Amino acid sequence: MGLATFKGGIHPYEGKELSENKPVQVLTSRGEMVFPMAQHIGAPAKPLVAKGDRVLVGQKIGEAGGFISANVICSVSGTVKAVEPRLMVNGAMVTSIIVENDGLDEKIEHFGEDRDYTRLSKDEIRNIVKEAGIVGLGGAGFPTHVKLSPKDDSKIDYILVNGAECEPYLTSDYRMMLEEPEKIVGGLKVILSLFDNAKGVIGIENNKPEGIKKIQELVKDEPRIEVCPLLTKYPQGGERSLIYAITGRKVNSSMLPADAGCIVDNIDTVIAIYNAVCKQTPLIRKIITVTGDAIVNPQNFSVRLGTNYQELLEAAGGFKADPEKVISGGPMMGMALFSLDLPVTKTSSALTCFSKDMVAAQEPTPCIRCGRCVSACPSHIVPPIMMQAALRGDCDAFEKVNGMECMECGSCTYVCPAKRPLTQAFKDMRKQVAANRRKKA
Amino acid sequence: MNRLLNVSSSPHVRDQVTTSNIMFDVAIAMLPAAAFGVYQFGLNALIVIIGTVLACVASEYVYQKGMKKPITIADGSALVTGMILALNMPGDIPVWIPMLGGVFAIIVVKQLYGGLGQNFMNPALAARCFLLISFTGKMTAFTLDGVSGATPLAVLKSGGSVDVAAMFLGRIPGTIGEVSGIALLIGAAYMLWKRVITIRIPAAYLISFALFVLIFGGHGLDMNYLLAHLCGGGLIFGAFFMATDYVTSPITPNGQIVYGVLMGCLTGLFRLFGGSAEGVSYAIILSNILVPLIEKATLPKAFGKEGK
Repeated sequence: MGLATFKGGIHPYEGKELSENKPVQVLTSRGEMVFPMAQHIGAPAKPLVAKGDRVLVGQKIGEAGGFISANVICSVSGTVKAVEPRLMVNGAMVTSIIVENDGLDEKIEHFGEDRDYTRLSKDEIRNIVKEAGIVGLGGAGFPTHVKLSPKDDSKIDYILVNGAECEPYLTSDYRMMLEEPEKIVGGLKVILSLFDNAKGVIGIENNKPEGIKKIQELVKDEPRIEVCPLLTKYPQGGERSLIYAITGRKVNSSMLPADAGCIVDNIDTVIAIYNAVCKQTPLIRKIITVTGDAIVNPQNFSVRLGTNYQELLEAAGGFKADPEKVISGGPMMGMALFSLDLPVTKTSSALTCFSKDMVAAQEPTPCIRCGRCVSACPSHIVPPIMMQAALRGDCDAFEKVNGMECMECGSCTYVCPAKRPLTQAFKDMRKQVAANRRKKA
Repeated sequence: MNRLLNVSSSPHVRDQVTTSNIMFDVAIAMLPAAAFGVYQFGLNALIVIIGTVLACVASEYVYQKGMKKPITIADGSALVTGMILALNMPGDIPVWIPMLGGVFAIIVVKQLYGGLGQNFMNPALAARCFLLISFTGKMTAFTLDGVSGATPLAVLKSGGSVDVAAMFLGRIPGTIGEVSGIALLIGAAYMLWKRVITIRIPAAYLISFALFVLIFGGHGLDMNYLLAHLCGGGLIFGAFFMATDYVTSPITPNGQIVYGVLMGCLTGLFRLFGGSAEGVSYAIILSNILVPLIEKATLPKAFGKEGK
């Protein structure tokens, strides 16, 4: 005890032993590649290529459609087959560039060459991050160059690297800590060069002692960087939980981490920054965990963006038996899929396949007001009272009981003995409230 | 894949705890007290426990069947209501009285208000109060080993002295389940260990009651008097098994403290200044009524909004 953490949270079955000892395999993509223009928060990107164009690895094929937006980079070489709407993980049809992969892996000029970041100006570094199409790879997909450009650089005193990986079953960040720790530290040094007053802290849950040890060794001579072991508890990797655990500062729904002097980036995002700045390699790949009891060989892959999920599944040996549920992401916050004909995007993190669906097996029953959800809520709000407002569809009441502070982590739903779909109702309400706010604005 | 995939909103995993295994844990926690009651008061105590539970479960079944609602007797809540009510009965009570109470608890207090989770008073306690008013004589006739006698609290009230050790062990006249402090504490420890309840409500209740007795009891720092009050009557049973009823207690952490203190003060008031020696049941059901108000006043501050 005594480890940094937050108040609330849950301890779901971790399931990490399925894939944590499997080194990352590089997956060679074969078939057609799909690059959606909206795989980040903000305005969709605008396609820069048309049907018939030849494209190369590292080529910008989608241009950011505004300040809060991100470029899309081609991850293979080949020919543009079409520009048309395609299905995304979230169920939306999004304009996408379809590339026929020629398998030659031909790259743009200077791709992969070393570059000394100490010779670059701060603006040059920010521009490289922007050009590389980097967004928050932990799942939110917020454009990283925007995060790295707060109003006042001097007020940022913490750069936090999120290595909590609190989502059950996911092991991609852990593998990167073991396999490419120098890139994590390197990327953090690049970010620190932008913020003169900041200290870098890498937060890692204590269920990953090997990862903590590896990085601690690397940073023992770095005066501006330290490792902060965190208590293993979900949602320790939630941005607000992480900031509180490490700095003791509190961020609410109407604040940005920068308002508390913090910038938080996920492990893989920091590696992407390192690759873009120091290796002239834009964001073209993702580390994905393919796991779950329905998978023959659960393991971790380094996979080019745009690759079809079906290829990932086949590389992991396919299904043992027909699964009942397939999730993009982990079991707590991932999205259930009805089809695997989907592209890997910047915010993909895992493909979790269960032979049994726990949710369908349990009927919701009346709330007995046991208060387990209240103890579990990391936002310190009261789910049953929010649920009453949600069942009435009363947006005002929902806001009044701080419903907008919900981070949709799912902890309340996980612990509920009556199996009530709390998080689902709150997601709906939060969308409605946000839509009403936009209407008023 | 030959089969369609299930699609639902996240999270996709659930804890193993269910409403029914919580209810069965509460029932298990009452077993030591129930067993002691049967040992002390004999066969009639066993008949009362079984009869009351059957009356509760059967009336839930009949009501739901009649109203064409889903039958929910398997969730264990009627079982718990029946056990609490039975353990609140004197050992010699004719079984039809608590059975009538069971029907009242389930039909009037629970189902007419919308069933599980909707009642604003603890059904077992409301039924006990209903029986106390209707059958005062039979409900307050206590015996020990076939000899009728006053409960320790009644003795205290009339200025006599009592044996605290006997009270803690349970060798006293009283209701079936309330007499043995030790048996009740074993059950309470089980519920705390299984995390069915937290210590907040019982602790706030017992501590505030103890303070109330110290200040207003008129016996100064006489520990024998204080311990007799803590072990006496339905206090331990009430604090751990009835005041902690989820449905009728506040859901907010601070509200639980306020609720506990309120019950402590009311119990003290009723016992020291009221007409009857006992006051736990009335203190709890009166506090039940204030729960919505307590909750409203004690909504926690959201994370990051403490200063606002």
